[in-house]
Amino acid sequence: MSLLEVNNLKVNFKTYGGTVDAVRGVSFNVNHGETVAIVGESGSGKSVTVQAIMGLIAHPAGNVQGGSIRFKGKELLKLNKKQMREIKGKQMSMIFQDSMTSLNPTMQVGKQISEGLIYHQNVSKREAKVRAIEMLKEVGIPNADKRYEQYPHEFSGGMRQRVMIAIALACNPDLLIADEPTTALDVTIQAQVLELLQDIQEKKDTSIILITHDLGVVAEGADKVIVMYGGMMVEKCSVHELFSNPNHPYTWGLLESIPNVYHEKKERLKPIEGSPPDLFSPPKGCPFAPRCKYAMNICMEEVPDLYDIAEGHSSRCFLNDELAPKIAEFSDAEELV
Amino acid sequence: MYIIRRVLTMLLTVWVIATLTFILMKLIPGDPFSTEEGALPEEALENLYAKYGLDDPLPIQYLTYMKNLLTFDLGISMEGSGRSVNDIIASGLGASATLGLLTLLIALVFGVTLGIIAALYHNSIFDYTAMVIATVGISVPNFILAPLLMKFLAVDLQVFPVANWGTWQHAVLPSIALASGPLAIIARFVRSSMLDVINQDYMKTADAKGLPTYRILFLHGIRNAILPVVSFIGPLFVSLITGTLVIERIFSVPGIGRYFVDSIFNRDYTVIMGTTIFYSVILVVVLFLIDVSYRFIDPRITLTSKGGS
Repeated sequence: MSLLEVNNLKVNFKTYGGTVDAVRGVSFNVNHGETVAIVGESGSGKSVTVQAIMGLIAHPAGNVQGGSIRFKGKELLKLNKKQMREIKGKQMSMIFQDSMTSLNPTMQVGKQISEGLIYHQNVSKREAKVRAIEMLKEVGIPNADKRYEQYPHEFSGGMRQRVMIAIALACNPDLLIADEPTTALDVTIQAQVLELLQDIQEKKDTSIILITHDLGVVAEGADKVIVMYGGMMVEKCSVHELFSNPNHPYTWGLLESIPNVYHEKKERLKPIEGSPPDLFSPPKGCPFAPRCKYAMNICMEEVPDLYDIAEGHSSRCFLNDELAPKIAEFSDAEELV
Repeated sequence: MYIIRRVLTMLLTVWVIATLTFILMKLIPGDPFSTEEGALPEEALENLYAKYGLDDPLPIQYLTYMKNLLTFDLGISMEGSGRSVNDIIASGLGASATLGLLTLLIALVFGVTLGIIAALYHNSIFDYTAMVIATVGISVPNFILAPLLMKFLAVDLQVFPVANWGTWQHAVLPSIALASGPLAIIARFVRSSMLDVINQDYMKTADAKGLPTYRILFLHGIRNAILPVVSFIGPLFVSLITGTLVIERIFSVPGIGRYFVDSIFNRDYTVIMGTTIFYSVILVVVLFLIDVSYRFIDPRITLTSKGGS
């Protein structure tokens, strides 16, 4: 049994402009000790997917419309608020993108770590403080005793993200969800934070869902990859498959857009032309079809099913149909990374 | 360092207010003893002026007053009762301060609660009800509310006494009448800042920690939402404890509010000066305390002697 099984998850938001189908049927599993990366551009539904898993979709605007989320065999969508609190922060926790706004500016950072401990593990305030200081040390914050009493504005961006990680890991969760944990940091700090996450995963055998749009991060740290586009999962495979045998044209576009520093002659960056679909009125067919170089007539009319390409590799693209014309193998992925 | 600078500024402020009041007061035509021509014998008037030092040149009068002020001697009322101004303020302050504190408490407790409920149930019937109450509270003047409260709660239902002062029951109706306006303003402040706070990322973080709703709201929400209210409480507090003329009149509360107005009509120089200085001292002290309390509510604020940090 997998730690987390997400099946055909659907989430929509009611807005003044109409209903937005932010997530349209996403399914994946996370096994123990595994890192699953979710990649895709802004608005592709990656954040909404994980917020639905954490039960953070804000009612009444947002609604989980269907599907199932099973965590350790338990159906999360059927739990009430109180039962969900037993899981949130304790067995499953989350790191947010912007550590500046995600930490309470008027509360000592130490207390932001220890409050979860006090609530979930029933420990005394003093005990919680000792453990919180240990957590601060563990995520590599020097002078932890003194830092415990400081406020978020007294920390640098990287240090704040370490604090967020300490908060998330305080209760030793089985699953850690990191929603673009390094996007707001500069490159050298990004590497440190990712390394920290990997160290912790190795030490504690924590499963991680990592949202990112940096394929470099995916290559280094993930086991499985889910590529999302327009609220749909367009490709799902192992990291190795993603780089050696990418199947979906959108994935090709993502891989091609990585700048290559090893090329001798200067090259222009290769963007994916066009812009993401308007989710107020999503296209009838494949969401990527209007931007797809290889789009066929049927792509505009129907949403393709997931085609199984190989063991654990599926792709939502009609090009995999027996009747589709074969196109030249996409092959420069491996030299990119 | 900050404290020393601040105290010096406060003393300077009070001195400027005292001096300006002195000058303006002397610019009003007439004096405490001026009456119709010939109502008092010339000689009696001269004696009175001499007794209260009003026959000295103005600069001398000013210096004498300032010298006495340094020893906290506010002089004697010129109205004829012979009471010292210190005594007048002391006798009225108890009632005014009690009324003021009670009003502040009512306004804060109900204002903050109403604001939070309105924010939590945004755009629901609770929100609309709370905001209607708030709008009514702001628009209906307290001298209209006061007689209505008297009519319904005191005369018809006989729950509280109509007027006068003595037991805690006497304080209830005037406090409610006084609190309605500030309560409404506080409710609106809290609602808008709470709405802002609820959508902050750190509220989502708190939710993701699996904390119970009350903890998220009280520990993470309200403290961040309360700052705009604190800046409003300072001046409100001062105006309340230093007496509220109209309401004290209506409910016959023996506070100091009436001395503010009566003293000006009577040209009761020492009482005008005394009450004004007393008011300004309390104002600067409370504003100082408010500034210090910011530091505790929001750690991002540091107190410095100069602008910026």
